Amino acid sequence: MASLDDLKKRIASVKSTQKITKAMKMVAAAKLRRAQESAEKGRPYSEKMNNIILNLSNGISDKENAPKLLSGTGEEKIHLCVVMTSDRGLCGGFNSNIIKKAKSHFAKILDERKELKIITVGSKGNDQLKRVYGDKIIENISFKESKNANYFDANKVGKIVIEKFEAGEFDVCTIFYNQFKNVITQIPQAQQIIPLNNVEDENSSDESYEFEPDEDEILNNLLPKNISTQIFKAMLENSASEQGSRMSAMDNATRNAGEMVDKLTIEYNRSRQAAITKELIEIISGAESL
Amino acid sequence: MNEDFKIEIVNPEKSFLVKEDVSEVIVPAFEGEMGILKDHIPIISFLKPGIIKILSKSGNESYYVEDGIIEFKNNNLSILTSTIFNLADIDKSKQQDLLKQAEEEGNKPEVNDQSKYLIDQKIDVLRSIN
Repeated sequence: MASLDDLKKRIASVKSTQKITKAMKMVAAAKLRRAQESAEKGRPYSEKMNNIILNLSNGISDKENAPKLLSGTGEEKIHLCVVMTSDRGLCGGFNSNIIKKAKSHFAKILDERKELKIITVGSKGNDQLKRVYGDKIIENISFKESKNANYFDANKVGKIVIEKFEAGEFDVCTIFYNQFKNVITQIPQAQQIIPLNNVEDENSSDESYEFEPDEDEILNNLLPKNISTQIFKAMLENSASEQGSRMSAMDNATRNAGEMVDKLTIEYNRSRQAAITKELIEIISGAESL
Repeated sequence: MNEDFKIEIVNPEKSFLVKEDVSEVIVPAFEGEMGILKDHIPIISFLKPGIIKILSKSGNESYYVEDGIIEFKNNNLSILTSTIFNLADIDKSKQQDLLKQAEEEGNKPEVNDQSKYLIDQKIDVLRSIN
């Protein structure tokens, strides 16, 4: 059994760890509120963007000559995966969930004997992936300096993706991120952004639009923007998910630390009493022998 | 008769402006300025750098935009833009900042003709305000 002094030290150390996790939980809770708000505020933009593109692609007359960003290159040989993770750790299963989802996707691509290229956004994803897929990672982007997800950063990622697409470096692009559902649930998502998966929507109106300039030009202008918008949406969802995940992880850690303190305190009291009893026995038996 | 329609301006971060009582909006469309009144036919177009003028009963407003897409449908005008400022908020120093940014961009060797044209537009517009 550990000595009284050791137990005392352990209790103190667990208590200070608990203080840290508690503080981190509260910081995460405050940040979560902000991140959640901006995720919700950001939704109208990407929804509207999607709507317009849907209307446009429905109205496009010449499907053969549609922009490549919309219809694809006609091949599916080279896959580019953009894995979006956080730059900081201590957020529970947040990063591992994305990585797990991404890895199963990678395995599928490699099984089909297709080429795989990876871009990681956020340093944690890079750390976890470079061990196995190090030779596949072509770029690693990190926004450690920016406090909040902003459109400027998303645009940078979007530009890189489009440049590579135009250079013919890949055929299909998929982004991985965590969709924020609530504090305890985040759903890892794989979303294909190039070529755009044409969602058949039921409420599409047959209303014809007037286009100025013509459809092709608008589409050519709009599609690159849509890439950045989708990435931005993923970043917003991700940052809300990260804070939510951190909050519940830290909440658990605080509770576990509390349990540990209780257990250690009981052990400490027991050994203290044992020591007292032992001393008493020694005194009494000493007195009796006289 | 009611001549009002609804305008909604969103940027990636948030819904920037929603107004229900707009009588006319003038937008800098790519092929020239365009005035939109109630019951305009559905249209999709995109914007070049310029000034959006919103005329409404509760007062007129002007915004400076650098790019964007507009969609008009069922008397709903949606403007999606990544860069927008209320003209009233742009003071001298802000204007100079934006101007300098645009000029730097224009001086880069890799700009193509189309973006050069857009940047020139931007500079013209920025010079003309205030």
